Formats: sequence, C-alpha cells, structure tokens
Amino acid sequence: MARDKLSMNIVVAGHVDHGKSTVIGRLLADAGALPEGKLESIRELCRRNAKPFEYAFLLDALKDERAQGITIDTARCFFETEKRKYIIIDAPGHIEFLKNMITGASRAEAALLVIDAAEGICENSRRHGYMLEMLGIRQIAVLVNKIDLVDRSRETYEKIKREYAEFLATIGIAPAAFIPVSATEGDNIAFPSELTPWYDGPTVLGQLDLFEGGDNTGGSELPLRIPVEDVYKFTEGGDDRRIVAGMCESGTLRAGDQVVFYPSRKTTVVNSLEEWFMDADSSRRPREFSAGKACGFTMTTQIYVRRGEIACLAGEKPPEIGRAFRASIFWLGRSPLVPGKEYVIKSCTAKTPCRVTKIHSVLDASTLEKNPAAAEAKKNDIADCTFVCEKELAFDIGAALPTTGRFVIVDEYEISGGGIITEALGAGDTGSAASSAAVTPGERARYLRQKPVTVSVQTEEYGRKLERRLFEEGRIPYYAARLSDEQRNALTGAGVIVLTHGDAEVTTTGDMNADVTAILLATDNALEV
Amino acid sequence: MQYSHLDMLESKSIHILRESYSAFRNLCMLWSIGKDSTVLLCLARKAFYGHVPFPLVHVDTHYKIPEMIEYRDRLAMEWNLDMIYGENREALENRETFPDGNATRIECCRRLKTEALTHTLAGDWPRYRLNHATGKYEEDSDREPFTGVIVGVRADEEGSRSKERTFSPRDRAGDWDADDQPPEFWGQYKTDFAPGTHVRIHPLLDWTEVDIWEYIRREGVPVVSLYFNQGDGKRYRSLGCWPCTKPVDSDASTLDEIIEELKSGKFARVAERSGREQDKEDGGGLEELRRGGYM
Ligand SMILES: Nc1nc2c(ncn2[C@@H]2O[C@H](COP(=O)(O)OP(=O)(O)OP(=O)(O)O)[C@@H](O)[C@H]2O)c(=O)[nH]1
Ligand SMILES: [Mg+2]
Repeated sequence: MARDKLSMNIVVAGHVDHGKSTVIGRLLADAGALPEGKLESIRELCRRNAKPFEYAFLLDALKDERAQGITIDTARCFFETEKRKYIIIDAPGHIEFLKNMITGASRAEAALLVIDAAEGICENSRRHGYMLEMLGIRQIAVLVNKIDLVDRSRETYEKIKREYAEFLATIGIAPAAFIPVSATEGDNIAFPSELTPWYDGPTVLGQLDLFEGGDNTGGSELPLRIPVEDVYKFTEGGDDRRIVAGMCESGTLRAGDQVVFYPSRKTTVVNSLEEWFMDADSSRRPREFSAGKACGFTMTTQIYVRRGEIACLAGEKPPEIGRAFRASIFWLGRSPLVPGKEYVIKSCTAKTPCRVTKIHSVLDASTLEKNPAAAEAKKNDIADCTFVCEKELAFDIGAALPTTGRFVIVDEYEISGGGIITEALGAGDTGSAASSAAVTPGERARYLRQKPVTVSVQTEEYGRKLERRLFEEGRIPYYAARLSDEQRNALTGAGVIVLTHGDAEVTTTGDMNADVTAILLATDNALEV
Repeated sequence: MQYSHLDMLESKSIHILRESYSAFRNLCMLWSIGKDSTVLLCLARKAFYGHVPFPLVHVDTHYKIPEMIEYRDRLAMEWNLDMIYGENREALENRETFPDGNATRIECCRRLKTEALTHTLAGDWPRYRLNHATGKYEEDSDREPFTGVIVGVRADEEGSRSKERTFSPRDRAGDWDADDQPPEFWGQYKTDFAPGTHVRIHPLLDWTEVDIWEYIRREGVPVVSLYFNQGDGKRYRSLGCWPCTKPVDSDASTLDEIIEELKSGKFARVAERSGREQDKEDGGGLEELRRGGYM
C-alpha cells in the first residue's frame, strides 16, 4: 500500500469583498473537487433569486451570508491533490468577524492572502497579515485578485507586490509568492492564464503543493510537554490502572522515562504507555508517543497529579514556572481589556484568575501604529502587557515552544483574547505594589521553586556531582564539606538545598538517579497535595 | 515519529472528547447508529481506555430500519454501554408524521427528531434506559438535563455544518445562533455557560466520509450491514428513517470496495446526503432545521 497522504490546513484571508470565497469556489470547481450537480444547483439558486451567479455561494452557505453577499463565519472545505489532502478554511474579511477569522486561521499551517487589484491594499489586508504572523503562520502566498478589473496590468500587480512585500518584511515574513489571479475568470487559479503572459510563477493550485509540511509535522525533537488533561481510573471490570492522559504537544515519551510534573515538580518514572485497541492486537502497541498524539501513561510511583500540570522529561529544558509574564495579546472582547480587572487565563489545561498589571503599548495592526500611552486595549487591538496570575503556572516562551507558550483570556465566560508569552517575569518586575512584610519561608520556597532540605553524602566527589545534577534540574543546591550548625541554619533559612556530610534529613544511597529523584521529591514545593 | 493522517484525526478527536469529559458534569453522546456516530463511539472507547464514561442517547423516530435497533441493543449489551433512548410519543400516537401523510418531510424531522431530542436532553420528556440485568429498557427516574452533548456531524456533509464550531452553544430552546458563534482557537473552547443552555460538541468536523471508512477498516469498527450490498445491488450510503432515506445502486459489499467506490469509483463526485430527501425540499432547509436544534 502506498504511504498515505498527509493533510494540510490552508486559510484564505484578506480584506472584505476582495474575493476570498470566490477564489476557493473557483479552485474547487476548476480542480474538479465539487460533487456532481453542485455548481448547477448554485446557478439555479442564483437564477431563482434573480442574482448573478457567485462562486462564493459554494462557501457562503448560511442564508444571511447569501442574502448579504458576505462571509460571516469560517467554512471548512476539503479537497485533494496528488500530493496532499487539504482543508481549505474560508475566513471572513469584515472587521466585525475578526474573531471568526482567528478561529479559522488558528488551525492553519499556511495562508493565501487575497488583495483586490482594483482596490489595492486595505485595512484588513494588513491586519490579517499581522494576525497570521501572530498565530505562527510563516508560509503566506499573496493573491492579487480581480486582475481582470485592471486589464491584467502588470504595473498594478507590481505596485501591490512591492507595497505588500514591504509591509510583510516589517513583520518578518517573506512571502512564498505573489500570484495575479481572477477568481471569476479563472486566471491562474488551477490553470496558468494566457492573458497574463508576463507572469511565470505557480498557479494557486500549484502553490498549495509548494507549501511545506503537513499534518503539523515536527515537534517530536523538542522538549517533552504533555499538559495533563485528567488522571483516569475506571474501576469498571476490575480495571485498576491509573492513567495520566494528555495531548503530547511536543517531544517524545517512552516507558522508563523519568518525568517531572510542573509546576508541582513532582517526579516519577513512566511505567507503561497506554493505548486501547478494539481488537487487542498487540502488534500495534506503542513504543513511544510523540508530538501530536493524544496519549496516556501509568507511573511507577503513585504521586498525586492533576489537570493543569505539564509532564516534562527530567534532563530536558524545564518550562518556566511563575505567576507573572509579559505577553503580546490580541483582544476580541466587547468591553476593552483594562489593567486591574480580574480575568481568567487558560493555558493548555491550566486555568487561573489573573490581572493585567501594566499595558506597555497598544498597536493598531492595520497601520502598525504603536501607542505607548494607551490605558486600555479595545476590540481588535494588539497589546503588549504584563500579567500576574493568582496561581503558579508552568509555561514556555512562545517563540521557543508555541503550544505551551500561549493562552486565552476569558472575560465573563467569553474567550475574549489570545496571547503569546514573550518573557517570564520574577516577582520583582510585575509592576504591582510590593508588600512591606518580611518574606515568609513559603514565599521564598515558591519563588525558588523548592523547599530547603539537608542531604548527607559520603564523599566530596559524589557531593559535587549531585550538586551539578540538581542544579541542572533547576534546583539551587550547595555543597559544603564542613558546616557549623549556624551556617547550616542560615543556608536552609535562605532556601538552599544543603549537601554535606554527617546527619541530615535525606541520606543518599550512591545511586545517582535514585538520589536525585528522592531529593526532587523531598524538595518539591507543590501548591496542593 | 511521523503519525499518519488518520492518526492525527484520531488524536484531535480524542483530545476533544477528553476536554468535554473534564468540562461537563452532565455529558452524553448522541448515537444515531450510523457509521459516523459509531466511529465516534469507538473514539470514546479509545479516549477512555475501553470505557465510555457517559450515557449514549438515541432518538428513536420509530421509522428506523429494524436492523438498526437490533444492532444498537446488541452493542450496548456487549460493550456495557449506558444506553438511553427518547421519542416524541405524542406525535407518534397522533400520527403527525410524514409517512402518515400528516406532515411534510421537514415538519416530520422537526417533530420526531428535533423536538424529541430537545426534550430528551432537557429531561422533560421520558427517557428510557437500558437495564443490563434484563436487557430491557425502563423509564428513567433521572431527569437531569444534559449540558454537554457530543454529536458526530462532519463539516463536509453540507453547508451549515461546514460553519460549525467544535463547541457549539445552544440556547434554552436548543436554537443555534449561526451568525454569532464564540471564538475558538488553540484547543481552547467555550466551556462556561448560562443555566438552561447546552453545548453541542463536534469531534468529527475535520473528518471526511472517506476518512470515516478508512478508519472503520483500520480499527475494525463494526457497522450495520445495511451499508453493504447484500447481493441485490443496493446499499445505504447514509442511514436515516426508511421513508426518507433511499439505498443507492452499488455492488460494494466489502470495506475495500466501499472505499474504492468513494475515492475513485462511481461516488467519487456524488454527495453523500444525496439520498436524503429532507435536504432537497428547498435551499437552506437543513440550515433551518439545524438552527432549531437538529443534528
Ligand atoms: N471582476 C471580478 N470580480 C470578482 C473576482 N473575485 C471576486 N469577485 C467579486 O467580488 C465580490 C466579493 O467576492 P467574495 O468572494 O464574496 O469576497 P470575500 O473576500 O469572500 O468577502 P468576505 O468573505 O465577505 O470578506 C463578489 O461579487 C465576486 O463576484 C474577480 O476575480 N474579478
Ligand atoms: Mg467570503
């Protein structure tokens, strides 16, 4: 059997009425992807309603959309080339429906951005371009549409190409292509047009296959991140497994791996990878889980973990842990985002109340104009803000690990914005008023992400090695051969893990992995048990 | 490790099922006995390691092909499913149906499916629950409304479904506000709702008809024999009530033949629901039904 095709999601974005739905309709028609009779039934519908025929009606299926000739919500449609399966996502261009455009674009891996040749670059041509970049879409082809309306003028095409390429360059995107098209006449959609002899690049159909990737390929070589969705224990039928379930967002997991859950820092070893098959066919038992897999595993020790934590691998780069971060956000809420108000953040499976303590600047994505003095972010604004959460979160920097480096903001039950984390902040730089009370051991432990403990080791060599290992696990250990009681107390008072000889709270065995695990467990600063 | 297209679809659907299970206390899954909702049921068994931790709800119009009901009850017993059915008793008793000649197809759908579904979910009409000890259905004393309802619709079925959200809110009357849906991105869904409303959860939106059949073949999902040609050169491509769903002419009697027929054979360019009469009466009829709570 031939290796099966991968699939790719493509979003079609751009300003209102520039022809997005028409481009997709024409593409489906010319690529022979429509069911029999579909085009005829749309022709018939338009005739009955005394309207000119619109390819867009293949996508704009809602009555209100057809009545008003506008796309309200994103549509998915499916088609296939020799190379790949595609889901084409038709986004609305009207500013009122930006939330729907984002809903569609957030699932895409590449984009077609449509610009009307006669009208030129408009407000949402730029805003959508900016949003695509923010949503992490780096592969963009620009379609200069309605080229028939400007007599297929190369000059007009070149002008738009120049201006829009310049705009894309300012947001760090190198477009894959600029294609002159006419969706209604069919120029360069599925077939190269003889009427644009000055253009020798790909057609839209050809460009789709030129995009790279598919099925969200990649991510398995990155650090492991499995946000815990739930821990299942279904007792029915004598099933006594306790299975940690979650989506593998990045990395690779195998049985025997040592995992650390953040933010609690609890650690355990993976006992088994769990997957259920109807036919109990053991040949398909998984040997590893990697990015993109909804997975589950059992643990060798029965530690208490719950939804909201992220399972990571010991020895790999740990996530940031903290209550404060800086993020670049887009706001979709009806009422503006304001500092001081309580919102809820959902980041992967974690959820916490939060506040914005500072808005650093607000950007209008259609002009790239930045306002550093803005007091609030209005609907459709982009803003750079500092967030302080009520609960400790484990997260990544969005540029390094996108899926665990982003979050949505819920305002009064509605998802009202999305953000990409740009920087983890310590307790000092959150912009909130500092308390004058003495620092408690609890606060210190939270900040240092560890509880202090004394550990006894046999030899100096082993003490130094252990110190290095714990340090790499993100802990703050300190080896000293000889310590007075005062010195010992001062060090543990400061929150440090003290490695020394003689009596101590934890005694090492000489088995490095077991000792590290034991110390991580003993110094684990879990918020809840 | 590179996962295949089906692996990715499976994982995304399992993720949605697990998120629903975490978010809703009163969750159920609609099981129409058709191929899509049966695949969904198998995905649930996969998501929860062989268990299905919520009830399955079937709306019985009493015009289903008898084989479907027999199949439903057999699997319910075999897989230890918490099986519930509901119906529009009044409309059936008063014969206010299309086959009785007292309603148009659309009106009939609205009564026997949409109304029966809305009231069964809300719990203000009787629910019948399978007693595994006796193998019989009994009127259920539990009348708690379901707040999360998992449904196996696919975006490629028809226009209004292509516009659906994964988590799609319905108001008190079960109505769908297609023009103002909440945003949904990065695997984060709207899971907080006003009392009296419920959410339809759609884990199969990204699946096509071919994906469904290829998954059935790969996983060994049992489907009703009505989907296969039994020697008379006819089979069902989509299952509904017998007065409104017609079999198609087809020689396909195996999964391989069905998949071949859909991919490159006679149905490669024929819409799946073309055998469904209620989709035809007027353009937008199905959208109207769906705004009113139809699946
Ligand atoms: N002359 C000409 N008209 C076009 C072309 N492409 C689209 N149109 C017309 O432009 C109008 C808008 O097209 P749509 O496809 O609905 O535009 P859209 O970008 O999808 O609009 P929204 O989704 O509402 O943002 C329709 O009347 C189309 O027939 C083209 O290449 N040439
Ligand atoms: Mg449109």
